[in-house]
This record gives sequence, structure tokens and C-alpha cells, in this order.
Amino acid sequence: MSTTTAQPVPAPDEVVEPRLVTVVSRKVPVVLAVVTALFALLLALRAREGDATFRLSSSGDLVALPSIDVPGTATGWVAVVLMALLAAFAFLRVAGRRKVPGWVSAVFAVLFLVGFLAWAAAGSPNDVPLVRVIGGSVLLAVPIVFGALGGVIGERVGVVNIAIEGQLLAGAFCAAVAGSVTGSPWAGVVAAVVAGVLVSLVLGVFTITYKVNQVIVGVVLNVLVIGVTSFLYSQVLVSNPELNSTTRFSNVAIPGLSHIPVIGPSLFNQSLIVYLMYLVVPGVWYALYRTRWGLRVRAVGEHPKAADTVGIKVERTRYLALMVAGAIAGIGGAFYTVVSVSSFGKEMTAGAGFIALAAVIFGKWDPVRAALAALLFGFASNLEGALSIVGAPVPSQFMLMLPYVVTLLAVAGLVGRSRAPAATGQPYVKE
Amino acid sequence: MKLELRGITKRFGALVANDHIDLTVEPGEIHCLLGENGAGKSTLMNVLYGLYQADEGEILLDDEVQHFAGPGDAMTAGIGMVHQHFMLIPVFTVAENVMLGHEQTRAGGRLDLESARTRVREIADRFGFHVDPDAVVEDLPVGVQQRVEIIKALSRDAKVLVFDEPTAVLTPQETDELMGIMRQLKEGGAAIVFITHKLREVRAVADRITVVRRGAIVGEAEPTATDAQLASLMVGRPVELVVHKDAPRLAEGGLSVRNLQVTDARGAVLVDDVSFEVPSGEILVVAGVQGNGQTELAEALAGLQDRVTGSIRLDGTELVGRTVRQVLDAGVGYVPEDRNEDGLVGSFTVAENLVLDRTNGRPFVRAGALQLRARDAFAREKVEEYDIRTQGIGSPVGRLSGGNQQKVVVARELSRDLRLLVAAQPTRGVDVGSIEFIHKRVVETRDAGVPVIVVATELDEAVALADRILVMYRGRVVGIVPSDTPRDVLGLMMAGVAPTEGEAA
Repeated sequence: MSTTTAQPVPAPDEVVEPRLVTVVSRKVPVVLAVVTALFALLLALRAREGDATFRLSSSGDLVALPSIDVPGTATGWVAVVLMALLAAFAFLRVAGRRKVPGWVSAVFAVLFLVGFLAWAAAGSPNDVPLVRVIGGSVLLAVPIVFGALGGVIGERVGVVNIAIEGQLLAGAFCAAVAGSVTGSPWAGVVAAVVAGVLVSLVLGVFTITYKVNQVIVGVVLNVLVIGVTSFLYSQVLVSNPELNSTTRFSNVAIPGLSHIPVIGPSLFNQSLIVYLMYLVVPGVWYALYRTRWGLRVRAVGEHPKAADTVGIKVERTRYLALMVAGAIAGIGGAFYTVVSVSSFGKEMTAGAGFIALAAVIFGKWDPVRAALAALLFGFASNLEGALSIVGAPVPSQFMLMLPYVVTLLAVAGLVGRSRAPAATGQPYVKE
Repeated sequence: MKLELRGITKRFGALVANDHIDLTVEPGEIHCLLGENGAGKSTLMNVLYGLYQADEGEILLDDEVQHFAGPGDAMTAGIGMVHQHFMLIPVFTVAENVMLGHEQTRAGGRLDLESARTRVREIADRFGFHVDPDAVVEDLPVGVQQRVEIIKALSRDAKVLVFDEPTAVLTPQETDELMGIMRQLKEGGAAIVFITHKLREVRAVADRITVVRRGAIVGEAEPTATDAQLASLMVGRPVELVVHKDAPRLAEGGLSVRNLQVTDARGAVLVDDVSFEVPSGEILVVAGVQGNGQTELAEALAGLQDRVTGSIRLDGTELVGRTVRQVLDAGVGYVPEDRNEDGLVGSFTVAENLVLDRTNGRPFVRAGALQLRARDAFAREKVEEYDIRTQGIGSPVGRLSGGNQQKVVVARELSRDLRLLVAAQPTRGVDVGSIEFIHKRVVETRDAGVPVIVVATELDEAVALADRILVMYRGRVVGIVPSDTPRDVLGLMMAGVAPTEGEAA
């Protein structure tokens, strides 16, 4: 037996930081290079004569900014060069085994967009209406933002909410009927909230109480809502048009803010539901991260058993959160029939709920990021309209694909590492 | 507060997990509940904590009958529990975890984190811990996470504290510190229930010992009882506590690992520049506290890790970069740490599980068709040879007891022509009888001239089996020492302190 070593034991409460070796992914530089090459190819093969005009204000604005004229193809090539430089920079970073900073992708995307628009609008008699592009994006994004917030809350509490699409559609339908019958858009919103909550309740009964697979229940609910609303639409609404003609919310300009150049009219001359969205996004963030309710919701979504052992009622928390989520998604549905248009149409949500689901993931289960992701998807949807105005030589069917392609790219590759709430998708079973 | 359990009975279907259990714990007393894995200790405590409802019997606190509908009621009544698997939210901070469930709020429903931080500091100071209230729990070492659990219980003014297998994840030094904390709590007047199956700890800290076997109390013992007495009470028959083995006869060849590095997807280095040799005919035990890279090392040896650099040579053949099939064909046998997760398909039969790794050709598969007769004959032979207690080779393996399931895994792995055996915690959750059997088989494998690597988290097992012991800490090798190295040195090594020159082999 020898004497024991006398070296001090390391303090057990120091934080363990495992040694990290940098994991570099070649995905970003490769994607950037491919996009650059494709764009250069497009410019080389389909060069377009003439200038492109970007209009920065609409008629009637207080502050009228001058429009910007740029030579279309030349601008495109400038963008290609800058994009190539960014791609090269990304390759250098990866070669040096360092991470590619996030701003590279963002700047790249902006350059690509400007270059592409300049090329598309070159020689067009019409201007690129930037104000309308931005404003339209916000409008298209509204239901997606509400849907994504519903999705974030659902996943945070541990229930994958595939049924966002169903909640939007049910909300749109009920808002149309209630709004038409009462003549008040407010009644429509209330009805939409009730509809969203009801869809949530069905989801909850099956996934929380009966522990059926959440994805399956969500998908089935979507199909069910599509079926029921389509049936009622063709059997009831078509023959009784007075049940399907709402009074819409009118736009309310916020004094001062609505006169900000470029963004003012698009962001601050909108309907009440859009302003409600501005409040709900930070509101959900505050509720999730700063209140008792949010702490418990997140605890239940991460480790329901741990929550149970400190006396939190897991099932009740899940039901409640899911109903809040359904209410928010329902408001998004109301947007279709009491803001966008004044009547319900068959399957009018057209997959917005699934885009919202993608925004949840792209936004890393964070309400603010998810809302921004929803805005991006709204922008991608709106681009199609803008391009058809300037008569871009791109088939409109191709542009209609754009939001889905952006969604796919965003979710599949360019998100970076993100971690879902640990218990999302899992029913809580007491042993 | 005095705790009394009267006639607690809990059934799961036909299984009686707790059979009329009576237990009294006085304030200022540490009462040990000793029993093997699966004896029903944790079930009993889950009944006490309101997680399960007892079928019969009652719980009394200070002679008043309690009715707990859930853990919330138990906590309000003054019962606190330090769970075997920590009930902490990994992505929350210490303060958030401590406040969860009894949060205080300020205006606007805003969480009052400041008061939670103060509470954490106050309790930590009382016991001389250093815990940062704003540290994120998943970044903390397990020893500290456990203190967070203790703080959590104390922050609700728990008067009865239950420690459920608290030492499984601790180094020997951390275990000693925990014992100190328990004594401190006891002196403060708390009634403490300490659940364990480790005899040494029981004798170190217990005031009273109650032994549980197969769901029933089989006796009480004094802390002065010997290990052998306690063990035979726990198991129900005299138990051999040592493994009989001769000096190793080393042969040519063996395993040589050079500069092995394993990283996870995030780039965290889990096995860090590890080099060692195991000659044929030797057992090398890889010891260390759980989560210090032993699991990943064993998986890398079995070809189950993706991000591996360095070299693993078995009798001169390089194994890094090979597929699992090629590694198996090179003669590597692997007993995984978690048999239910990685070792067996629970709904498959005993026979199917015995040939799981042999589906690539003869004799069990011919022209893509299973050879059922050959398989069944093989299975019957192995069931006999390994004394696997089953109703038949056609029973689903999931219905077997832990010990018999583990024998199925061991039988499968040892029935191939082995050039290397890697056994990760081969006796985890296994009854004492099966432990003896598995240990004997491992030693026989060694004596047949195969290099053997055993991953062990318990020092007793490490010392009993090893010819040499390799201690890992945070992915690195602290040292390789002979098996007669004193326990306290091994304990320090498990905390990352390298042995001084004289002790290294």
C-alpha cells in the first residue's frame, strides 16, 4: 500500500464544458456556389435589355421618394460577382475549419433578390412596386404568423400541432358565417377563435387523453376540417349567399407611423387584425418566457415527468396551452374571411397551415423567430404577384412553387442546429 | 416529522410490487431501504410520493393519515424526493428548476426570478454548496445536478426526504460528500429514507436498515452487520462476493488502441486521445463515473460510432472505418450497456434473439430463407448451457427477468468465435445469482485466450473482475493501474486525479 496522492480534487461544482472540435458543414458554401452558378447561367442565356425601375413610394404618400433606375442585366452581373465573393468567403471559412457566419447567407439572399428582380424587370414598362411587395408580404404572412404561434405553443407544451391547417380553415369558415349572419367582423373573429379552440379540443382529447399518435390525429383532423367545410360550403353557403358575405375590417392608418417612407404604408395602414398580430407576437414571447404559465408550459414540453413530480398537472397544462394555441390559430383563419376577402371559398387556406408548421421549425420553436420565418414565407408567396406585374419571363406556375421551395430549403438545410422541446410528440404516460 | 407506512400493497396486474409493507421513519433518523434491483423499493417510494396510488394500506405523517392524489399533495405535506433519474428540466437554469411548481410572480404575472435565486443561494450556503442559480442544469456535472435536486426539495421545506439510489451516478468522493449532507440534514431533524443496493453505503450512514426482497420486507438489520450478512438477507441465500480467477496467462496478439477520438454531432469530444493495449488473455476494466466516455469507447470498439479517428487494431487488423458487419466478422463480441435499447428485440423470441447477429448466411439462413430447425436446435443448446430460465425458446424475450435477458445477450455474443469481448456494464440490473454466472463466463472467455474489456461503473465489480483497471475521466485516460490499487486512489482517479508514479503500472 502506498500513500494516497495529495493533489486536490477538482471542485465538483465547476461547469463541465466538454472540449469541442469544430464541426464544419460544407452545406452552406456549396448551396451558395450552386445558386450563384445557376443565376449566372440564367443571365448568360437569357440576357435582357433595358432598365429596371424600383418604385419606393406609392401615389398619395406624403413623402414621395424618387424611383431608382438601374440597368437590368448589368445589375444582375454585379450581384453575381458579389454573390460569388460571398460563396468564396464561405469556402475559405470552411477550409479554415471555422463556421460560416449567419450574415453571409442573409446578405447573399438580399443580393440574389435584388439581382433577380433587376433582371426580371429589365425593359419592363412597369416599375417594381417595392411598397406593394412589402405590404403584400405582410398581408400574406398574417395567417401564417398566427398559425405558427399556435404551432409554437403546441410544440412547447409537447403536442405537435399538425392541425394548424384545420384550425385556420375552420376559423375562416366560422368567421365567414358568423360575420355574415351578425354583420359584424368582430363576431366573425370570436367565432373563429371558438372554431380553433374546438379543433384543439378534438386534438387534445385524442392525443392527450387517449394518447393516439399526434401526427396521425393532426393529419386526420386536417382532412376532416377540409371535408366538413367543403361539404357545408357547397351544400349550404352556395345556395344561401347571404350566409357567406361578411363585412370586412377596414384599414386604419396609424397617425405618424403610416407616413414612414417605404415601410409605413405597408405596416401601419392595415386592419385591426394585423395590429393584433403585432401585439400577439411579443405577447406570446412574454407569456412563454416571463410568466409562470410559460415556465410550466415549457417544463411540460421538455420533461413532463419532472413537471409532474413538482405538482404540475401535465394533462391540464397541455389542454390549456393547446386551447390558447387553437384560439390564436383561429384568429389567423378569420383573417381570410373578414380581412382578405369577404367570403369563404373551398380550401381557401391552401396549405398555409403547413407553411406555418415549417415556420415553427425554421423559427426554432421561438415565437418571434417563427413570426419572422412566416414573414419570409409570405414574401416568397408575394414575389409571384410582383413578377407578373413587371411581366417577368418566368412561368407563373414556377413562381407559385417558390414559397414551398423556400420552405423546403429553409427547413432542410439552412436552419443550422436547432433543438425541439424534448418531449414534443410524446404522450405523457404515468407508469 | 415522523413517517409511517402501514400495510402498503401495490399490484401491477398479476405482479405484486409491494406486499403489505410496514415502515416507520423517525425524525432525525436515516432509515435505509436495502434491496436488489426490482425488489420494489422505488415502487414503494413512488407510492409515498403520490406518483402511484396504493391498492391497500395507508401513509401517516405525525400519526395523521394522508391522502395523496399526486406529487403536489405529497410535497405540500412535507415530503421531498431526490429521484434516481433527476427530475430536472435540462434546459432550465437552477433557479427556474427550483422555483418550478411554486413560482412567485410580480406585477404583470412576471416571474420573480430574483427571489428564486436568493432562495437557492440561501440553501446552498447553509450546506456549503457552490451552486450558481443562473447555470443551465444540463451544463452541470451530475453531482451538482443532484444538489440542485436536494435544494429543490429543501426549498419546499421538506421534513421527510427520500433519496432514491442517489449514489449511482457519483464518484466515491461525491458519495462521501452526499453522506455528509445526509448526516447534516438528519441533525437538522429531517426524517431520511435512503434507498440503495450498495452494502458499503448502508453501513456507513444508516441508523436502521430494512431489507426488501421481491416486494416484501424480509427483515431488519443493524448497521453493524457484515456485508455477507446483508447480502444473504437481500438475496435470500448465501452469496459469493468474490470472483475466483487465476493469474492471467497472456498470449500473442490482442487489441491495440491508438489515439482514439470520438466526437458527437456537435463536435464535443467524448473520447479524447485514448491509447491502450489489451493482450490476449487479459481482462481490462474501464472504470469511471457514468458519462465520462466509457460508453462511447465501447461503442467505438464495436463499430457503432460514426465520428471516430485514430486506430483500433485487433491482431493487426484495423477496425476503424469498418462496418459493423465487418467488425463482427473480425470476431468482436459486444454486450451493450442497455440490453433493452441495444441488445435485444423485446417482442422477438428467445431463439430469434439468440441468432440476431447471424442472419447473413449459413447455418441459420440459406438462400434467404431462415433455417428454423437449425436455429431452434442452437437456441435449445444455449438455453441449457447458459441456464436461461424461460418457458421455452419461443417465449418473447421481453417477458424474461433482467438476469435471464442478460444471459441471452451474453450467450449470443459468446457463441461466436471471438477475438475480442467488449462488455459494457454486463451486470447492470441483474440479480446476484446471474451476476455470479456472468462473471464466471467473462473470466472463462479470458482464460480461452481472448482479450476482454469490461466497462464498470461500480468499483466492486471493477476490482473483482480486472487484471488491470483503466480509469476514464471526461473522455481521457487518467491512468492504467493494477487491480489491487487501493480504493481511495481509484476513487480519486475517477475524479480526474492522476495517480503518483509509484502507483502507476
